[in-house]
Amino acid sequence: MIPAAFDYVRAGSVDEAVGLLGEHGDEAKLLAGGHSLLPLMRLRLASPGVVVDLGRIDELRGVREQGDELAIGAMTTHYQLTKDPLIAEHCPILAAVTETVGDPQVRHRGTLGGAAAHGDAAGDQPTTLLALDATMVAQGPDGRREIAAADFFTGVFETALAEDEVLVEIRVPKVTDWGYDYQKFNRVAQAWAIVGVAALVRRENGGIAEARVGLTHMGSTPLRASATEQALEGASADGIADAAEQAAEGTNPPADQNAQPDYREHLARVLTRRALENALGR
Amino acid sequence: MTAVEDAPSAQIGQARHRKEDPKLVTGQTSWTDNIQLPGMLYMAFVRSSMAHARIDGVDYSAALEQPGVIAAFSGEDLADDWAGPLPCAWPVTPEMVHPDHWPLAKDEVRYVGDAVAVVVARSREAAADAAEHVVVDYEPLDAVVDMEQALEDSTLVHSDKGTNECFVWNLDSGDLDDAFENAEVVVKRRFINQRLIPTAIEPRAVVVAPVPASGQYTLYSATQVPHILRTMLAMTTGVSEEKLRIVAPDVGGGFGSKLNVYAEESVALAVSSRLKRPVKWTESRSENYQATIHGRDQIQDMEVAADADGRIRAIRADLKADMGAYLQLVTPGIPVLGAFMYCGIYKMDAYSFTCTGVFTTKTPTDAYRGAGRPEATFALERLIDELAAELEMDPIELRKRNWIKHEEFPSDTIAGLTYDSGNYEAATEKAMELFGYDELREEQHRRREDGDRVQLGIGVSTYTEMCGLAPSRVLGSLDYGAGGWESAVVRMLPTGKVEVVTGTSPHGQGHETTFSQIVADDLGVDFDDIEILHGDTKVSPQGLDTYGSRSLAVGGIAIHMASERLVEQMKEAAAHMLEAAIDDVEFEGGTFRVKGSPEASTTIQDVALGLFTAHDLPDGFEPSLQAECTFDPENFSFPHGTHLAAMEVDTETGEAKVRSYVCVDDVGTIINPQVVEGQIHGGLVQGIAQALWEEAIYDDAGNLVTGSIVDYYVPGAPDVPSFTTDHTVTPATSNPLGVKGVGEAGTIASTPAIVNGVVDAIRHFGVNDIRMPCSPERVWRAIQDREGHTQDDTSDQELEGGGMG
Amino acid sequence: MPAISVEIDGVNYEDEVEARLLLVYYLRDRLGLTGTNVGCDTSNCGTCTVLLDGQSVKSCTVLAVQADGTEIRTIQGLAENGEWHPLQEAFHTEHGLQCGYCTPGMIMSSLDLLQENPDPSEEEVREGLEGNLCRCTGYQNIVKAVRKAAGEMKEGASA
Repeated sequence: MIPAAFDYVRAGSVDEAVGLLGEHGDEAKLLAGGHSLLPLMRLRLASPGVVVDLGRIDELRGVREQGDELAIGAMTTHYQLTKDPLIAEHCPILAAVTETVGDPQVRHRGTLGGAAAHGDAAGDQPTTLLALDATMVAQGPDGRREIAAADFFTGVFETALAEDEVLVEIRVPKVTDWGYDYQKFNRVAQAWAIVGVAALVRRENGGIAEARVGLTHMGSTPLRASATEQALEGASADGIADAAEQAAEGTNPPADQNAQPDYREHLARVLTRRALENALGR
Repeated sequence: MTAVEDAPSAQIGQARHRKEDPKLVTGQTSWTDNIQLPGMLYMAFVRSSMAHARIDGVDYSAALEQPGVIAAFSGEDLADDWAGPLPCAWPVTPEMVHPDHWPLAKDEVRYVGDAVAVVVARSREAAADAAEHVVVDYEPLDAVVDMEQALEDSTLVHSDKGTNECFVWNLDSGDLDDAFENAEVVVKRRFINQRLIPTAIEPRAVVVAPVPASGQYTLYSATQVPHILRTMLAMTTGVSEEKLRIVAPDVGGGFGSKLNVYAEESVALAVSSRLKRPVKWTESRSENYQATIHGRDQIQDMEVAADADGRIRAIRADLKADMGAYLQLVTPGIPVLGAFMYCGIYKMDAYSFTCTGVFTTKTPTDAYRGAGRPEATFALERLIDELAAELEMDPIELRKRNWIKHEEFPSDTIAGLTYDSGNYEAATEKAMELFGYDELREEQHRRREDGDRVQLGIGVSTYTEMCGLAPSRVLGSLDYGAGGWESAVVRMLPTGKVEVVTGTSPHGQGHETTFSQIVADDLGVDFDDIEILHGDTKVSPQGLDTYGSRSLAVGGIAIHMASERLVEQMKEAAAHMLEAAIDDVEFEGGTFRVKGSPEASTTIQDVALGLFTAHDLPDGFEPSLQAECTFDPENFSFPHGTHLAAMEVDTETGEAKVRSYVCVDDVGTIINPQVVEGQIHGGLVQGIAQALWEEAIYDDAGNLVTGSIVDYYVPGAPDVPSFTTDHTVTPATSNPLGVKGVGEAGTIASTPAIVNGVVDAIRHFGVNDIRMPCSPERVWRAIQDREGHTQDDTSDQELEGGGMG
Repeated sequence: MPAISVEIDGVNYEDEVEARLLLVYYLRDRLGLTGTNVGCDTSNCGTCTVLLDGQSVKSCTVLAVQADGTEIRTIQGLAENGEWHPLQEAFHTEHGLQCGYCTPGMIMSSLDLLQENPDPSEEEVREGLEGNLCRCTGYQNIVKAVRKAAGEMKEGASA
């Protein structure tokens, strides 16, 4: 299939992109890597009148160190994330998760900002950003604002971004010495996660000082397994199994051809346990 | 090993690299969508978004206003352009309900994707845009999704027919009552053989180039069956057969899905005739999932009666087969092809096969790789494993007790076929050795004892299939609308090169290579000096195309026999040239020799040139450089084999993985082992995909939930392992080369092997079946249910509903 | 209509294109470079894979305008001076194709894979080709072909 006709504008700067969004309102769509938007347009499930291409704004690409955080340009590709030395050193979970996204071709084009702004609860990276307590930086007509990841994902394919805002940067904390793991459970290599679990563990004296657990595809947005996290504060490895039993608390998993809600809840518990065990060991 | 393989220069038996490949690895291919003709227009179809509705009006006036649009047509508009509805060539019973199937729906739509109108424009883009401006006024009717509900006839798919039952086809043999009443053990099971979407990687495409002044048309189509298409289009459109040329250019896979006469082909012809311009249509993948036939989709009620020692007394198969909304080319014949296969390789006293065809408001089903035989093998081999479990007997031991022994061939089966050859013992023994059967059984035992989280299961499947679809007389007795012969012409060119014309129509199998190997041996010419011509009714006017593992076993034999005729024909000219009596001339390795005087010889190339010049030939000798043959075998061929799968099941998540897979297939004489291995590999993955991943799912309203490759899980490279494949060779006796056919074997045997393996891994939990595809959720639920866990209220219902989204 | 300038298989093209024109249709319909195929509409099958500035991309999910100023390599530009690339040779000798429709994309993805990892294990080849679907071969001989080509390319590089 072929997308419906649209006007194409290649934005030269973020300001220009913001201006174009203001001018065209909900007629306009931002084009990042295009791997969520273009398939929707080909199936004519999306038919924007104006497509604003962010692909040539160099300032939106790349990873830099900023104090205790890494600042990732929204247009940094998945591929770049998997190869970036700063990510590898300070936030390896993001590289590991990104390796599971799509396929090599998709990772060459797809971007972290695009994946975040798409807001897919079945996406692997939004979950990870949530688990990382990332900060999303949006630029609108009145300048920049910061949105905590916990406030960013608001509903099914919905985010806190206003219509005239561009997601420009994602800041993640350095979790240099944290243990981590991502458990992605899917039917075939190309399929989306039925359930995914991102686990981060800060270790102290062989035990768990702090744990963060993000859940993929367990509700209308990415979620945190808060009860599990609380149960693990100061726990030892032996506490993982019991804590993981609480992983599905507060979730509202969807039903589809792969799983009914109770199976998703079961998977969340099992995968949380496995992810935490691996994280502690890594 | 066969005799031919022992000849020093023999091509047969060698792994020649394919001569098809050079254009394919360099991008110099000619797919139908590549064709661009002067003045060509593009078609886009408006398809029903509803499973079932009355059409109260089709308004395309707005579409006609769109830029670049040339025309638009509804079903009513084109009603007079067709001589009849789309063909179904297999009326399986005289009473079969056969509803009209018009290329564009006129009064009612009966599945999501049913074509309602066509828009014709100057570009792909313009056609796609304009199609969105066609307004169809639908009066919704109830969808008919479930086969058993359909048979209650509360909502009719075709109201004028008064029933959703298409046909009932029955075959009984032996004393069933006696067998079932007096058997010591009876095992009954219901299996669901789910609906599949073939997904040939090239979507369909069609281009029609007309010569309006002379009423001639060339129709290019991504089809497996150019010859059948030509005859059928001539019978159902206004175009006369001699004016219609069909070309199947490079075709990117078919697996049965391109064995059809499709609405789009018929519409393209009509539109091109109306507009007097070339037209083109290329299917998108999502369109393909709705508009190209689906496969399988049967409810299989199976019953086996046996003695306590495992001897099978009788098998009863009672099927319901989903036709979908209409009968495509061979829709009703597909489940009926299984009629002779539910006894498999086993001996028994009695047998019953009943199949009820059912209409639903879904995409029509038709042939998909194996076509009726994978369904049969699946249900039978699952049933045999269940019987083994009931008897607490090793599944291979049970099979051994019942299969036809090698010394018993030829053997008449309870279903009325005669299996010409086979050696099930040899194939099974080899497979068990390669697999490490005993060691794996030990490991399985150990893991069960230890209560490992990941349990091991061993899946066994033996099979045979009737393939090489021919003999015409048998097909006729089954009410099939055509014969099963195949045609070939072998032609020497004046320069000593060879052209071979075949009526088969390859689309990825490697016929050009395989057939060249046969001819190279027959004529003693170089493999590279042979060109195989096919896929164009102007070049190859006579043939019955490629499906049912028939191309080698029927088409290849026709070529072989034509080659031998050509040699005989040329021998007379050679004798004249050598000034010898014809009986004194012998032919070997491309040279005619006078017996006893080795220096008196001439090559086949020299004889060809002599025939071409025709300056000095025997009196009355016809200087023809070609010979032809139409081969119609006396029997089917019966490949067989034994497949063994080691399945690992994570009992915590329900995930099932293939750890190792061994198959030993007997496809008779092997012309090209590399090509054969490739066919097996591909077939295995398609069969495994049915067992583990693929399922076309409809919701209650008749919407296709798995409407794209995103939701329909075609496996990728990381999803499957490497396989250990091997073979035994028991030549077929029904043809002179002893070949049997290999296209469908892998698909047929692998599905039950995998499911048997999954069930075997968790049988100790009390599980005795998992519905396909064996998704993690289904496996997990099976374990949960049998373990007696308390389930949420939803779970039972959802288990029943299976994959409903 | 936007104007683009793009180098494809060593040839420069300057064209005006509709914004919605997908790169693969630009190649196929406008330039007649029909070696690159379309097999789906959801970015799954990968038969349309080409290299864009040296990296594999699915040309059905890139607008032609996005390719402005880039260098594209397709299956049709892979052979050099009539000599097949080792991947083309290996797909042929290992029987890594049947109908051949997925092959252009499969080979271009394999090229990208071997650029990243010159000596991949079987598992790495399988993972690396997860974006390309083949319905004929069952993948086994594709994996063999890629690993064989890897060997040939290493030999070629050290020679």
